[in-house]
Amino acid sequence: MPRTPIPFPCQIEHLSILDENGGLDAALDPRIDPAELLKLHRAMLLGRRFDERMLGLQRQGRIGTFAPITGQEAAQLGAVAALRASDWMVPSFRETAAEIWRGKPMENFIIFFGGFNEGGRIAPESNDLPLSVPVGSQVPHAVGLAWAMKYRGSDQVAMTFFGDGATSEGDFHEGLNLAAVFQVPVIFVCQNNQWAISIPRARQTRSETLAQKAIAYGMPGIQVDGNDILAVYAAAREAVARARAGGGPTLIECVTYRLSMHTTADDPKRYRSDEDVAVWKKRDPIPRFQRYLTEKGLLSPEKIETLEAEIKAEIQAAVDRAEQQMAQMGDPLEMFDHVYAEMTPDLQAQKAELAQELAAARSEKEDSDG
Amino acid sequence: MAKITMVEALNLALRQEMARDDSVIVLGEDVGVDGGVFRVTDGLIDTFGENRVLDTPLAESGIVGMSIGMAVYGLRPVCEIQFSGFSYENFHQIESHAARLRWRSRGRFTVPMVLRTPYGGGVRALEHHSESREAFWAHMPGLKMVIPSGPRNARALLASAIRDPDPVIFYEPKALYRAFREEVPEAEETLPIGRSQIAREGRDLTLIAYGAMLRPALKAAERLAEEDGLEAEVIDLLTISPLDDSLFVASVQKTGHALLVHEAPRSFGPGAEIVARLVQKAFYYLEKPVARVTGFDVIIPFFSRENSYLPGVERILRQARALLAA
Repeated sequence: MPRTPIPFPCQIEHLSILDENGGLDAALDPRIDPAELLKLHRAMLLGRRFDERMLGLQRQGRIGTFAPITGQEAAQLGAVAALRASDWMVPSFRETAAEIWRGKPMENFIIFFGGFNEGGRIAPESNDLPLSVPVGSQVPHAVGLAWAMKYRGSDQVAMTFFGDGATSEGDFHEGLNLAAVFQVPVIFVCQNNQWAISIPRARQTRSETLAQKAIAYGMPGIQVDGNDILAVYAAAREAVARARAGGGPTLIECVTYRLSMHTTADDPKRYRSDEDVAVWKKRDPIPRFQRYLTEKGLLSPEKIETLEAEIKAEIQAAVDRAEQQMAQMGDPLEMFDHVYAEMTPDLQAQKAELAQELAAARSEKEDSDG
Repeated sequence: MAKITMVEALNLALRQEMARDDSVIVLGEDVGVDGGVFRVTDGLIDTFGENRVLDTPLAESGIVGMSIGMAVYGLRPVCEIQFSGFSYENFHQIESHAARLRWRSRGRFTVPMVLRTPYGGGVRALEHHSESREAFWAHMPGLKMVIPSGPRNARALLASAIRDPDPVIFYEPKALYRAFREEVPEAEETLPIGRSQIAREGRDLTLIAYGAMLRPALKAAERLAEEDGLEAEVIDLLTISPLDDSLFVASVQKTGHALLVHEAPRSFGPGAEIVARLVQKAFYYLEKPVARVTGFDVIIPFFSRENSYLPGVERILRQARALLAA
């Protein structure tokens, strides 16, 4: 019998709990506490409105390039909602709502995209890595964190985020492979938003799903409706529990859609039509969740209106704080900070050189003004 | 004190650092059961177990990326990349993250990791097993780049690199792994990173070298003394970045003649930075242009020709004599 089938698990499940109209599959209801449901809803709405405000700031030239999250609120918030504060989150660059959920102040984003490194500061109590720009390169960091947790006997887990494009990167494959070999507590959350700038999902891989890549590495994988926050949460909660119990890593593919541009420097009209986007607008994660919560008696149009006003004020306060802080920032000499634990003699000399240069420029300006 | 090889000295450093600090973790390809292809990690798995000495899958970027995560969590990973010729697979993890996380997080997260890797020619190896690309790493802000030149300083510098709060690329001159033995004290010993040393004192000429090139530089200096009655001072850089120019600048201010030696290709090599510093800080003391004895701007040839590529005693001697000729 030279050719025989080798049996191994080769099925991938798709999980959907809340349909496009907010209808619930009661059998799969993750039974989230009502207060938590409302908190999630608020975070989704805040994520959307903050994105819109950031886009406004960018178009007015008050901040630089950033990557909007619109359409992906459920896919990221459902995942981080399953974490404890003491767990670690390793984001890519499109997890704004999830990072806010984890405690990152909104003004940090405005300061960061406003061109000040100070926006990258991380609170001492936070276990979240700063955002990572090179696609997929952060995946092995989560594996190293998780290995260290296991080594130290901690019950923490690490969760990392990346997009569909990242699944073509070597670091994704190396990271998943290492995590499975060492059976470390890490959850890989793929935000399959269908587009890597202009490259559609079909051009990234011939695989039927992204979740099935887990099979090759010998770990559980699941595909969920990424615009269904209950499904994302249910899958993440299961993966987190497994990881915490020593059951190793999981890959979760959240099928979602980037309704906005890749970054504010991108024009999606060059590669996709309004009709394509319209299909996904109907699957928007926020209205369906609102319908579900309204039917459940947790939300009403009046409550939403109040919430919108609250969020608007909260965002405005963050913008004000950011702009106040940015007005105090900008000392060029601070570029020499945090390069090494101790400033090297060369850096000290270069810092002195720049200080002299700046002083000379100031006095020349004073002379010409005077 | 025992006379040991560089391989044994590096093993001693790892052993002692692992014993004094359980956050020190060794990981890489073949570092466990096999003890590393050069045996630098020999026996560590027996002493410390497979939870401290990790045989990893073949994935350089993953190994370094994982080390970054471990270091952020508070461990002190020492990863081995089997040959520096394979470290380009993980280049972006160092450039994009290891060297930047402190900066990116405004000091909240640090990456106290060491990447050990054998570099350099002279061992009749295959392609990708003989190059010297220290300039790649020395060019990266946020990173330190160390190259020892003998068993004793290799042991002390590796201990320092492991204790250093910043990421360190630790290039091991593979040609010296078993080339000679030195007295290495059993008691812990460290050497400050970022400091060069005077390997031989002299008044007529300054030879600047490091790593595997220190020995030919010293031999050339001995022959100059014996055959020409000229005394060369030899500076061993030990750290490429951050570069300590204090000793070689002072030396050239004394001798008026500088010759630098490295096996890396010449253009944009570490020597170019040394020349720039000398021009800046010792220009009026220089009696002749600075001479460079280096690898050529080619890919290091296969071993039948590598001795013509690598700077050797004769080449150094000829250049030194030309420099000192009236």
